[in-house]
Amino acid sequence: MSGGEANGGAAFAFTPEVMARAKAIIAKYPPGRQASAVLPLLDLAQRQNGGWVSRAAMDHVAEVLEMAPIKVYEVATFYTMFNLKPVGRHLVQLCRTTPCWLRGSEELRYAAQQELGVGLKQTTADGQFTLVEVECLGACVNAPVVQINDHFYEDLDAESFRELLRALRRGETPAIGSKTGRQCSAPASGPTTLKEIGRG
Amino acid sequence: MPKLSVNGIEVEVPAGTTVLQACEAAGAEVPRFCYHDRLSIAGNCRMCLVEVEKSPKPVASCAMPASEGMVVKTNTAQVKKAREGVMEFLLINHPLDCPICDQGGECDLQDQAMTYGRHASRFDEGKRAVKDKDIGPLIKTIMTRCIHCTRCIRFGEEVAGVEVLGLTGRGEHMEVGPYVEAVVNTELSGNIIDLCPVGALTSKPYEFHARSWELVKTESIDVLDAVGANIRVDTRGAEVMRILPRLNEDVNEEWLADKSRFACDGLKKRRLDRCFVRRHGKLEPASWDEAFGAIAERLRGVAGNRIAAFAGDLADAEAMLLLKELITALGSPHMDCRQDGAKLDASSRAGYLFNTTIAGIERADACLLIGTNPRWEAPLVNARLRKRWRRGGFAIGLIGEPRELTYKYSQLGAGPQTLAEIANDRHAFAATLKAAKAPMLILGQGALARPDGAQILAAARQLALDFGLVREGWNGFNVLHGAAARVGGLDLGFVPGQGGRDVAGILDGVQSGAIEIVYLLGADEIDTARLGGAFVIYQGHHGDAGASRADVVLPGAAYTEKSATYVNLEGRPQRTRRAIHPLGEAREDWKILRALSEALGRKLPYDTVEAVRQRLGVVAPSFRALGRVEPAAFGNFGSPGPLGSEPFKSAIANYYMTDPISRASPTMAQCVEAFVAPAQTKTGTHG
Repeated sequence: MSGGEANGGAAFAFTPEVMARAKAIIAKYPPGRQASAVLPLLDLAQRQNGGWVSRAAMDHVAEVLEMAPIKVYEVATFYTMFNLKPVGRHLVQLCRTTPCWLRGSEELRYAAQQELGVGLKQTTADGQFTLVEVECLGACVNAPVVQINDHFYEDLDAESFRELLRALRRGETPAIGSKTGRQCSAPASGPTTLKEIGRG
Repeated sequence: MPKLSVNGIEVEVPAGTTVLQACEAAGAEVPRFCYHDRLSIAGNCRMCLVEVEKSPKPVASCAMPASEGMVVKTNTAQVKKAREGVMEFLLINHPLDCPICDQGGECDLQDQAMTYGRHASRFDEGKRAVKDKDIGPLIKTIMTRCIHCTRCIRFGEEVAGVEVLGLTGRGEHMEVGPYVEAVVNTELSGNIIDLCPVGALTSKPYEFHARSWELVKTESIDVLDAVGANIRVDTRGAEVMRILPRLNEDVNEEWLADKSRFACDGLKKRRLDRCFVRRHGKLEPASWDEAFGAIAERLRGVAGNRIAAFAGDLADAEAMLLLKELITALGSPHMDCRQDGAKLDASSRAGYLFNTTIAGIERADACLLIGTNPRWEAPLVNARLRKRWRRGGFAIGLIGEPRELTYKYSQLGAGPQTLAEIANDRHAFAATLKAAKAPMLILGQGALARPDGAQILAAARQLALDFGLVREGWNGFNVLHGAAARVGGLDLGFVPGQGGRDVAGILDGVQSGAIEIVYLLGADEIDTARLGGAFVIYQGHHGDAGASRADVVLPGAAYTEKSATYVNLEGRPQRTRRAIHPLGEAREDWKILRALSEALGRKLPYDTVEAVRQRLGVVAPSFRALGRVEPAAFGNFGSPGPLGSEPFKSAIANYYMTDPISRASPTMAQCVEAFVAPAQTKTGTHG
């Protein structure tokens, strides 16, 4: 109906290695409460399935956890982190919430659209990139922020973002974190406090 | 037992009661959408907000446990304002299409908006629209109207045991539906129409047919299975528009099975509305006098023992009593109400009743199902079994065909061997039964309607005695019937008299020529091809198998058209009420038999239905306890002997068509196509 069966397609089953990890996760919960493992198992399924959960993948999770498939669909459709349609190799998630927007997230969007030649929620023809906007990624100190697959890229501007995308396209592994070189979320202008040692 | 005050009224409620229930106990009405006393608490509609002293915000009363010393107020300005706010939010995305909504007039949202709604909306943005879902031929969905109370989801999960519906998406994009293409395949699906507080789920067959305020409501009893669910028949003019359940905690709670609810359109099809007499091989319309004349003429000079009678599955007790007395007066002992040939023993009442009672299932702690598929034979009994099973500590074993029931059970075996193994303590389930404090067994008609049925009945009886299923204050021996007429027929002894023939015997007699006249009181489930050259009189309301074979057809009344007594499988006599008049020249069945008896010169001494009922009470005192179950003494029944080896088969092959009414129903035909046919093809291709 709403997206489900269109992507039913290929059969899905955990590979033996993934299944072993799934078993280990299920074992964390008391017997009979295996359904609690639905979130981590959906994550495993998404990773194995190339970044998205197909109907077959959800049905497989339901089977492994002995729960009704609809209960898995409910969870998978609730969390935006589960992709219900195929995505590119790099899922580019632009944060658009207020702090990032104030720090120029719109420019990043224009830059990405130009660089990749696709609009939001679209995938490049070569299957490399899917561009989406998301709500707050929780790294506001280093705004604007973009999450690509599992990694955060911070303190971006249009130019550094374009370069990042080009590097990914070339198959490189760019450094994660701040693009301005600051340490984590330390002040951009260097330390502002605790500069003197030994007083008090 | 916390004591609290509601609007200044002190109430004491049992521990675990919610504030909402406490408010009700104090007589304060609390509006609600998601809360339902037979489902788990969701607390998501927020309509039941009340003010609780020392609580900074209004409290959702349905989800708040009542505690000692609470001071609850339901009638303050703050409460009204809070509920108005909730209502405004609920209406933001609700279409204002009440004039074309089937729920209009009986809609919780509409009613409560009268009290808590604003006169106009402040919402200027576009309302959302949700795609409708196709969930089968019974339920129409208009999902834009849905307010996400989740009652339908909880019903499927908790009562019906079929998890198909769910809540997918989030926020603005949240939808109730199956997510994928799926039908809600449960025999109890119609109940979600009643549960839906808005017009999102409505009855498809009833779509745009009537408004609730045009309907005349008649309280009655359902007869399409043997449960005897309490129903309300809604009629407009001479038409039954719909059938809804009515509360009876001991029988159906507030649920109703789909066949009982939706087969009512079969009451308008293939009806017999006048007499017919076969002339030159063709049934031709006739008057009552001509029909009675034809019968009297054919009966003249025929010896009593060449006459036989069958009572069908929908026959009422009054008519069966009169037919029994008429046949006896004509000098025949040949009669039977067990159309399916079940070897039920009418001599001991406990031997054919559901002795535990339906409500009693909730006290049981182990259950052995023998040759039965309760999900199809009595969906509401099955719902009780599931209700008990959900509480835990209820081991269920099944001997017979493996079926998808709505609870987990262990498949013990296929046939009488397994029954014998358990009886001889050579099976693991024997220990379960022995250890149980309140064990029960349910014997289906599939285990009795077979050549060794009487032996199986005896074996089950012996098992009940050996394993303590029958003890002080507990009777765990149960026979599950499928026919509404059966227990009544057995109670009043519509079985072969001294030297009489049973179903098979009568049919054999017809073949050999020993029986030449057969009276069918709504009997359509017998093999009419075996009626050979007999003169067949059919009395009933539908042109089904019996009528098409008959030589004389007498049009009777359907259960919605007469006040008649039916005894349910527990042995509970209940009475239907007349909602509409019988069709055309049709008459109430007892009146037809009374008139016929006079035409045959054997006038029965009953001029009023009260006189017939008085006689019923004499023939079987259990008929006097209207609406109650008289416990039956555990006597001797069945005939011990060697058991066969044939596996048990369920008595019902197709839930949606079991009687002349459901067979005539277009809605039931659609159900067969949607639910039964796909399953059968599946079994066909998968071996």
